[in-house]
Amino acid sequence: MNTADLLTPNLGVFALLGGIAGLAAVGVVAFNNAVRSALCLVISFFTLAFLYFTLTFEMIGILQIVVYTGAIMVLFLFVIMLLNLGALKSLIEERDPKLLLGGLLGLALAVLLGSQVLLPVANVLETRAPADIGSPQSVGYSLFTTYLYPFEIASVLLLLGIVGSILLAKRRI
Amino acid sequence: MAGVPLIAYLALGLFMFSVGVVGVIIRRNPIVIFMCIELMLNAVNLTFLAFAKYMPSKLPTGNTQLAEASMGGQLMVIFVMAVAAAEVAVGLGIIMAIFRLRKDIDIDEMNLLRG
Repeated sequence: MNTADLLTPNLGVFALLGGIAGLAAVGVVAFNNAVRSALCLVISFFTLAFLYFTLTFEMIGILQIVVYTGAIMVLFLFVIMLLNLGALKSLIEERDPKLLLGGLLGLALAVLLGSQVLLPVANVLETRAPADIGSPQSVGYSLFTTYLYPFEIASVLLLLGIVGSILLAKRRI
Repeated sequence: MAGVPLIAYLALGLFMFSVGVVGVIIRRNPIVIFMCIELMLNAVNLTFLAFAKYMPSKLPTGNTQLAEASMGGQLMVIFVMAVAAAEVAVGLGIIMAIFRLRKDIDIDEMNLLRG
């Protein structure tokens, strides 16, 4: 297979969506203002939902938009505005050796994981999962048959999360 | 998506995960650190879904085991989302409580648990 066969129009769509998601991910770390970081994270999650659509996982894509960009990011923005972090002087990032060290560690991690994981799957091109795998029907069927116990345990976990956050939000701990 | 190799999705997931790790290391604002953890969770979700779609396994196509295994990756993503929602609610509650206690949330100054 030569290079011209690899450059398909779909790859262009993927490069556009993936580039936006990656750039927004960099923006989360690079911006000094927490609100800007949060907005970059919204962009990143939203384009990730579209990447899930390109993989034909429609149900997960909708859940990504509703849960992440809808609920979790609103929670983040709410807390940022409640704390009024713009006024705090101590959170202004200054240049310190941690910056260089963190960048080097991240690069080392990426190279290590990439060399171990990416190379063995370098020539996997065709999708092998069934076509209707991402529909709400098949996800719901699987969720209430094979994965019923994990589903119940997840509901208990969410209940614990609600109780814990109410307890933490009380006036005196 | 036809015409896109599996390695493209995995490389994007790897990039976003690494960016999240770097953010957790270098930032001092705990809310941004939480956002970077969310970024890492999402990168792992993308990897799960890419593997669930492409399935580079030895099972023959059309096998019911293949459909079951592919569904496993998807359900894992749903549970990761549920755990992330609970984690964010409790974590932001802790940050609020610390802010009320100290009027400051610089992560380098938090040493209450030091023995």
